[in-house]
Amino acid sequence: MNARIALLLALALPLAARAEITGKVIRIGVLNDQSGLYADIAGQGSVVAAKMAVEDFGKIPDATVEVVFGDHQNKPDVGSNLARQWYDVDGVDMIIDVPTSSVALAISQLTKEKNKVFIGSGPGTSDLTGKSCSPNTVHWTYDTYALAHTTGLAEVQSGGKTWFFLTADYAFGAALERDTSAVVKAAGGEVLGSVKHPLNTTDFSSFLLQAQASKAQVIGLANAGGDTINAIKAAAEFGIVKGGQKLAGLLVFISDIHALGLQTAQGLLLSESFYWDKDQKTRAWSKRFADKSGGKMPTMVQAGVYAGVLHYLKAVKALKSDADGKAVVEEMKKLPTDDPLFGKGTIRADGRKIHPMYLYEVKKPSESKGPWDYYKLIKEVPGDQAFRPLDQDNCSLVSKK
Amino acid sequence: MILAVPVQALFGQLLIGLINGSFYALLSLGLAIIFGLLNVVNFAHGALYMLGAFVAWFLLEKAGIGYWPALLLAPLAVGLLGAAIERTLLRRLTGLDPLYGLLLTYGLALILQGVFLNFFGSSGLPYEMPTQLQGGQALPFMFLPNYRMWVIGVSLIICLGTWAVTEGTRLGSRLRAATENAPLVSAFGINVPRMITVTYALGVGLAALAGVLAAPIYRVGPLMGADLIIVVFAVVVIGGMGSILGSIITGFVLGILEGLTKVFYPEASNTVIFVVMAIVLLVRPAGLFGKQA
Repeated sequence: MNARIALLLALALPLAARAEITGKVIRIGVLNDQSGLYADIAGQGSVVAAKMAVEDFGKIPDATVEVVFGDHQNKPDVGSNLARQWYDVDGVDMIIDVPTSSVALAISQLTKEKNKVFIGSGPGTSDLTGKSCSPNTVHWTYDTYALAHTTGLAEVQSGGKTWFFLTADYAFGAALERDTSAVVKAAGGEVLGSVKHPLNTTDFSSFLLQAQASKAQVIGLANAGGDTINAIKAAAEFGIVKGGQKLAGLLVFISDIHALGLQTAQGLLLSESFYWDKDQKTRAWSKRFADKSGGKMPTMVQAGVYAGVLHYLKAVKALKSDADGKAVVEEMKKLPTDDPLFGKGTIRADGRKIHPMYLYEVKKPSESKGPWDYYKLIKEVPGDQAFRPLDQDNCSLVSKK
Repeated sequence: MILAVPVQALFGQLLIGLINGSFYALLSLGLAIIFGLLNVVNFAHGALYMLGAFVAWFLLEKAGIGYWPALLLAPLAVGLLGAAIERTLLRRLTGLDPLYGLLLTYGLALILQGVFLNFFGSSGLPYEMPTQLQGGQALPFMFLPNYRMWVIGVSLIICLGTWAVTEGTRLGSRLRAATENAPLVSAFGINVPRMITVTYALGVGLAALAGVLAAPIYRVGPLMGADLIIVVFAVVVIGGMGSILGSIITGFVLGILEGLTKVFYPEASNTVIFVVMAIVLLVRPAGLFGKQA
């Protein structure tokens, strides 16, 4: 019996003690939607961004950095299985991106179990740094709370007091509706109703008729990607906006605007934490990105992957080890963030990356100088106002203090 | 009021269901014709529908050819491609288990989708609606876009026309005869292989037509067919494999059923058709309009 325990300890010892780069390779797994309705938001673009970050970071002593990628098909079970294989068999040390909140919540849980690192760039749900927060997770680019407090707040402040939501029927849609409803109610507004539609819906006309019948001033689109595009197109066709109701796209990406065309999308308010044409640095980086991506400009999710990988490598280099995921994330929180795309920022105790959010309005076709010239800046919301205050988090990592 | 939904709103929802049903009917009609004569479960149907929309987009972007000519040109181009597919690929599988045809067309669909996804991304491309069909009618219970009325009209005419041809003309009777017993029909001196090629081309041409009709209202994107084709297969199964009238009626009825689900229990709107399919398969395995074996 004792011999057995000794043997187990002997086997376990190297696992616990190895403060080094495991296998001399830092393996980064980009996990996202490669073929479905979110593939333009994240997809191959995120892989390109991760590889650019590895290239730009330069050498790490005694280690090489590899990037692998996989398609989670927006299904939590598919994503978990792939991540499990990556962690257990393929030696992946960190998973990044993971749009689709339902998948991201599963990956965050699994990453904690395996003591690896998860950096969410694609997912929206603010629960990742709230009630489901984890010492192994960093949430980088945006979240539903921030969207509600930029786009949502702006719509309420410009007079939209009564709301009706079209909500994607999964974790992200529910979180976005919840966080936006809170903003609406806090400002004295009223939510008249909502309808939950299945993810990846082609025809929104039926749901829009219900929204129209509610007579709400604002129709809030708590969905993303292809769903948002379809909803906005159908709203234009069915004369919703001409009838005096306003559409609020609560999460709209530049790839969506590109697919809609300015004719349909003009005047839409949206919030992003990154826009390629923001300043000299973002333009320079985006041009490089576009050259590698068939001319497509990056979305904020792809930018977040770049910045997240850079900061992760910074932490691993400082620790000289990628073995203990929790320790790496602690180091990431300790080091200030600084990259050409999001500027200077911090990562809070709950794993929330803090940077400004920007409220943009989509240009009229006459104002645009050409493809991808789509946004006018309305205002900058500082990070401490855009993101949820720590004391409202309900995150166990914070209340322990 | 019915279950807290105003009757007027219900009219609007029924109409919208009818519009979606138009697409189901057009697509399932082509599938039914192809299955009837070739005994092929054409899994490439959704991809060819997508191709129809893309041909229309290319015509507009690269050659400045608008919606109206595209309505004819796109089905023609895709029909020709269909003929080529039948001649070079499907023909080799005659007499084999239908599973081979299914696998072949499924592979074709994946290749087509993959290629388009690679070049155009998943978000899709905008396609301008023809000016003649913009705007709409303010009905007492809803605002009905002109374009959607046009879709219902075209779909009804095409569906009923196809049905009339197969039931009432000489060509139709030969087609039906060849479905029953191809060797006997060819013994009468009728060129059955050519008829098969034409039928396949016609079936996929219908898919391409539906694609052009869909282009201005949905996104022209690589996945537009994949999103639809599974539902359309359910429609064909419910209607009865190979039954032309069955596929038309089921297409419209299921469109309406789906529309109503979107009002009463929206979360189930993408599953209701499959629930119906399961029930129909249990009660009438050959489908509602199929011949019982």
